[in-house]
Amino acid sequence: MTDAGTRTIKVDALARVEGEGALYLRVKDGEVKDIQFRIVEPPRFFEALLRGRMFGEAPDITARICGICPIAYMLGASQAMENALNIEVSGGLADLRRLIYCGEWIESHVLHAAMLHAPDFLGLDDALMIARDNPDLVKTALQLKKLGNDILEVVGGRAVHPVNLKVGGFYSLPDRAALGALAPRLEWGMTAARELALAFADFDYPALDQDYHCVSLGGAGEYPILKGRIVSNRGLDIDIADFETTFGEEHVARSNALQGYLKDDGSPYLVGPIARYNNNADLLSDAARDLAGACRLGPTVTNPYKSILVRMVEVFYACEEALNLIRGYAPPAAAAEPATPAAGVGYGCTEAPRGICFHTYALDDGGRIERASIVPPTSQNQKQIEADLLAVVSANLSMDDEALKWRCEQTIRNYDPCISCATHFLKLDIDRE
Amino acid sequence: MTRPLVIGVGNRLRRDDGAGPAVLDVLHRLAGQGTQPFETIELAGDCARLIDLWDGRAVVSVVDATRSGRPAGAITRFDALDRPLPRDTFLHTSHVFGVTEAVETARLVDRLPGRLTVWGIEGRDFGQGEGLTPQVTRAAARVGEAILIARATTGGDRTDGG
Repeated sequence: MTDAGTRTIKVDALARVEGEGALYLRVKDGEVKDIQFRIVEPPRFFEALLRGRMFGEAPDITARICGICPIAYMLGASQAMENALNIEVSGGLADLRRLIYCGEWIESHVLHAAMLHAPDFLGLDDALMIARDNPDLVKTALQLKKLGNDILEVVGGRAVHPVNLKVGGFYSLPDRAALGALAPRLEWGMTAARELALAFADFDYPALDQDYHCVSLGGAGEYPILKGRIVSNRGLDIDIADFETTFGEEHVARSNALQGYLKDDGSPYLVGPIARYNNNADLLSDAARDLAGACRLGPTVTNPYKSILVRMVEVFYACEEALNLIRGYAPPAAAAEPATPAAGVGYGCTEAPRGICFHTYALDDGGRIERASIVPPTSQNQKQIEADLLAVVSANLSMDDEALKWRCEQTIRNYDPCISCATHFLKLDIDRE
Repeated sequence: MTRPLVIGVGNRLRRDDGAGPAVLDVLHRLAGQGTQPFETIELAGDCARLIDLWDGRAVVSVVDATRSGRPAGAITRFDALDRPLPRDTFLHTSHVFGVTEAVETARLVDRLPGRLTVWGIEGRDFGQGEGLTPQVTRAAARVGEAILIARATTGGDRTDGG
């Protein structure tokens, strides 16, 4: 709406983003004066709900935080409990965990990249239009997504909120024939992911380069999923136990989700596919690096819109990695390491599809949870989302309201924000004075 | 011959969003202890999975809560093979598909089941916690009964009547 110099753009709902949120922008004299990314989804109190529960219940309870990335929560919680109880999970059990996590990356990344984010670059309003315009692409994406879900089902018992994971490992080992049957599908998956990535590489990417402080896991000698230290492109290199002394979370009145920041200077930081890639591209497989090159991704990605390409490179890598894990799988002697209740404090951090997801728990003598803290990736990225939006709006004030609204939505979707996880649709108000 | 499939979409911990799962409870209760006339699946989360769940099925019913502005407990029924679902009736949450996105995508890529009926039950309270509003509880019972009657009289879910 334009009226005597004041323009208001209002978007009642940002589609293709999980949860309920809103964006408020105030523009005066051609300058952005205020920007607020609000999460209005009510808080969910998972951490309070965990208090008093036994350590072994945490994976299944935290899995309910998200229907898209339950593995991240289950394994982050398991890892923290194992850390508190001095349990070492290695060999075939660790391989199975990495395998099921690959499944989660595949299903989550493909759904977002191909079905929800790609329409932005094709000038399409929604996922249905992409199915109408390019049904073969959608068929491929659906088949890839199903492959990821099937990995979850084979290893985790079911595709949504798997039931076979526990502190120490698994309730039962997966059927070897079912694992083996995934192999030829994963070979197809690598080809399919490559084709999708190359098709997406030809999109017209908006110009935006950000100087991100990229934070991810790293230093474990493998492309990070489940282990490593917390590292950054600005020299940060800490044990995951030091997460809470390095990173803070603050409540801002406009949002029900806590916002992450660096304690040193209060600055935002980036987690997720671009951060992972920028910190660890050398640890990708040769074939995945070749694909990144073919997609014209350099060793460092600074354009957030290209997160869609990084996701597809990671899908390719996850298919390849899952295939290697299945081919090399040696069944462990037992489905899980034994876990004995004891007092302790433990830390866990894994690379959820949207970035690092931190867990810490304190247990009493009987193994009951006294304190729980979970920091999901969308909380950590909130300040960076605002920073990206500030840059986008500032550079595009000449756009008409509808075009600017579109660009803001596209920018937010770069992060595939899971607002439900962070607390946790977006309503967009732009006041132009 | 496979049994008809009934999929209850929704989250029992978000009040009236649990309408779909509540219909499954009604079906189980009405069917009693014997062989269940339906296969049921509860789906909370990503509705893109619907396309896989109904793959190769002859008769499928999907029940989900709606948020269309109608009175709480209002029941809508769609023969999905007959016409597209309305865009703003069913809940669409996310970086995940809602029922409408799943049905219409499946239609575009030719992956709809043989027969697909989509039921909607209008919700009022989508806040946190268990339990449905009374109107939604009554509507869930009516939808469950209607699905069961259709099974008994036609061998599957039909779109005529009620």
